[in-house]
Amino acid sequence: MTINISKSYDEMRASGDKVRKVYGPYTDWLASTSHAHLAQKTREAELLFRRVGITFNVYGEDAGAERLIPFDVVPRILAAQEWQHLSAGAIQRVRALNAFLNDLYHGQEIIRAGIVPASILTNEMYRPEMQGVDVPGGIYAHIAGIDIVRTGENQFYVLEDNLRTPSGVSYMLEDRKMMMRLFPELFRRYSVAPVEHYPQVLLNNLRAVAQPGVQDPTVVLMTPGAYNSAYFEHAFLAQQMGIELVEGQDLFVRDDAVYMRTTEGPKRVDVIYRRIDDDFIDPLAFRADSMLGVPGLVSVYRNGGVTLANAIGTGVADDKATYTYVPEMVKFYLGEEPILSNVPTWKLSIPDDRRYVLDHLAELVVKEVQGSGGYGMLVGPTSSKQQVEDFRQRILANPNNYIAQPTLALSTCPTLVEQGVAPRHVDLRPFVLSGKTVSLVPGALCRVAMTEGSLVVNSSQGGGTKDTWVLNEVASC
Amino acid sequence: MLSRTADHLYWMARYIERAENMARVLDVTYRMSLVSHAGESEATLWQPPVLIADDVAAFERDYGDYNAANVMHYMALDTRNPSSIVSCLGSARENARSVRVAMSSEMWETVNALWLELTQRLQPGLNEADIGEFCDWVKSRSHLFRGVTYGTMLRDDGYKFLRLGTFIERADNTARLLDAKYHLLMAAAGDLNGPVDYYEWSSLLRSVSSFEAYQKVFRDTILPSKVAELLVLRDDMPRSLHACFDELTPILEQICTQRGRECLRIAGETHARLHFGRMDDIFKEGLHEFLQDFIALNNRLGREIQISFLNAPAH
Repeated sequence: MTINISKSYDEMRASGDKVRKVYGPYTDWLASTSHAHLAQKTREAELLFRRVGITFNVYGEDAGAERLIPFDVVPRILAAQEWQHLSAGAIQRVRALNAFLNDLYHGQEIIRAGIVPASILTNEMYRPEMQGVDVPGGIYAHIAGIDIVRTGENQFYVLEDNLRTPSGVSYMLEDRKMMMRLFPELFRRYSVAPVEHYPQVLLNNLRAVAQPGVQDPTVVLMTPGAYNSAYFEHAFLAQQMGIELVEGQDLFVRDDAVYMRTTEGPKRVDVIYRRIDDDFIDPLAFRADSMLGVPGLVSVYRNGGVTLANAIGTGVADDKATYTYVPEMVKFYLGEEPILSNVPTWKLSIPDDRRYVLDHLAELVVKEVQGSGGYGMLVGPTSSKQQVEDFRQRILANPNNYIAQPTLALSTCPTLVEQGVAPRHVDLRPFVLSGKTVSLVPGALCRVAMTEGSLVVNSSQGGGTKDTWVLNEVASC
Repeated sequence: MLSRTADHLYWMARYIERAENMARVLDVTYRMSLVSHAGESEATLWQPPVLIADDVAAFERDYGDYNAANVMHYMALDTRNPSSIVSCLGSARENARSVRVAMSSEMWETVNALWLELTQRLQPGLNEADIGEFCDWVKSRSHLFRGVTYGTMLRDDGYKFLRLGTFIERADNTARLLDAKYHLLMAAAGDLNGPVDYYEWSSLLRSVSSFEAYQKVFRDTILPSKVAELLVLRDDMPRSLHACFDELTPILEQICTQRGRECLRIAGETHARLHFGRMDDIFKEGLHEFLQDFIALNNRLGREIQISFLNAPAH
């Protein structure tokens, strides 16, 4: 259970100085390309992104403050067999998670088998409203973003499953479009698998999960509105799929069905791809103060009058406490060995784990089970002795509330910065789509921490994105 | 289509059109102010733009005096004034942002670029000397937007609502412009053939891009009655009231099938007046009265469109 944290694996140079095969042609190209040229291309990209309006809103700043997510012109390149491994692992994981949600909201076999404790039913993301409700195809997470990090040649770990309203896929698509525009010559040197059909796959899946018997279902994308940080993506996906982009105020419930208000009168809606959290989706079911939702929507949903993607109540399966059971879920539901590993996690509720963690606090990351966004967290290697000791006291007061993980050395990828091309830490979020089939397009959102040494890739913290290239075959030099 | 989508498209078009018209009025007033006018005070020159924008009370409260600097700031830059050029372009962009799905990507990029360029232009502030160039820029961007729309947008319901917005707004603006100027000039009476009047009338024509058209159509010196005819009854003059209703009526005939009978009625009635009306009769009735009546009817049409289609009730 130890991971070497002293030196990060580099996507281009592995752990040594020899360039990895997939980066061969790119390195040649890079050698004949000036820094000024790359910087010029970066500025061109920024201009284009701003013109198209690929921006995100930052909460709490000036009204309407719109920022660009930094775009890095150096791609992350994955070999065909690497992708094979990752995609098979991500698909397996999502199949297991959907089986788990279906089980949890029905017979709860996994609890009776003693694999997941019954205490999961007290998780605040568990929605009792969903107990016994059948959803089309037994699919809960139609769109899942699986966050994967790499620490070595063959070492990939799942950091997190995002099963609620995962975002970022528009960057996968727009970054590719941008790269093809800026560097067409590179696409002649490489055979890069296309990703542009993502909206079509998604639309086919959404249509496939309409209630049985619905002919030619009407699918809409529901957004919290133009001020949401991911609004660009909502608009982009709706446009690419050719479906209406609706807000709560555009929908209403009548006679156990959902309708949208149109210039020709009410029109029935069959499937809602919603990019709004459970809490805000229906003021009658969840937060009564929500102005964004549709009163009565959840009741129609439970009676089978409309399909929601993702389903209500998926949050119980992607929280940190549940995460630790996912490999067991794979074995339990699929009878398979997990292809992708979890980051090793110690549960402080278990005495042996607790002893180990308390002995190695200065090397580990300790997180609150329910925490998010970096709060209530100890990063051992970067904390002072005093901070570590203070945290020890907090753990001892309530050990059940904590998990611990090794401090991961995320892999680095060459990235254009002011001084030139230098390694920066990256992660990867492929999007798994479930409906007619469970699949992903060969690509992902690759997030990069633009600051040297930083492990924080979040866009809200200044992280950037890169185009991810999945090669059709081993690159020919 | 979604009522809200139609609403945003309609208002986006109205705001762009309004920004263009504000720029036209401002530009012409500024040019006029460069011609020396014996006996005309700065206030008489600079009040009409505010009258046209219909915000006299707000202006007098916030600024007091009608002078070049005040009126230019109020009409071009003041974000408290919902009809200022900056406000209009901001509102147009906000509307566009909410429905970018409903238009072509070229249209969205045009509106977005317009906004980005505007904020850049205004960063160093706007000098009096630059006002002409600024107004030209606003007009040309509005032309560009219309051209891009015409050239790229699917001819769906969204297109129809967008066009409704354009022409309802334009009809309103032309009527107000004519009314404000005509009223003032008639009140001043005096020698209608004096040089001052020539500039007044020619500038009014220029503000609606009709100076050359007037010469072509009438081949005559500029006569107030003919100016009025050009802007009210001529159907071949694209900013005239008649031309606006030539555009509005057929669109309404297409969309008012189940709902909106009242829209169709108002449009039909107004269109008939413009189509069959005679200038002599309008003058007999009084041009001011005629225009006031027209503005009220046009407003009612706007309200009916809003109620019937854009704020469609649930049941």
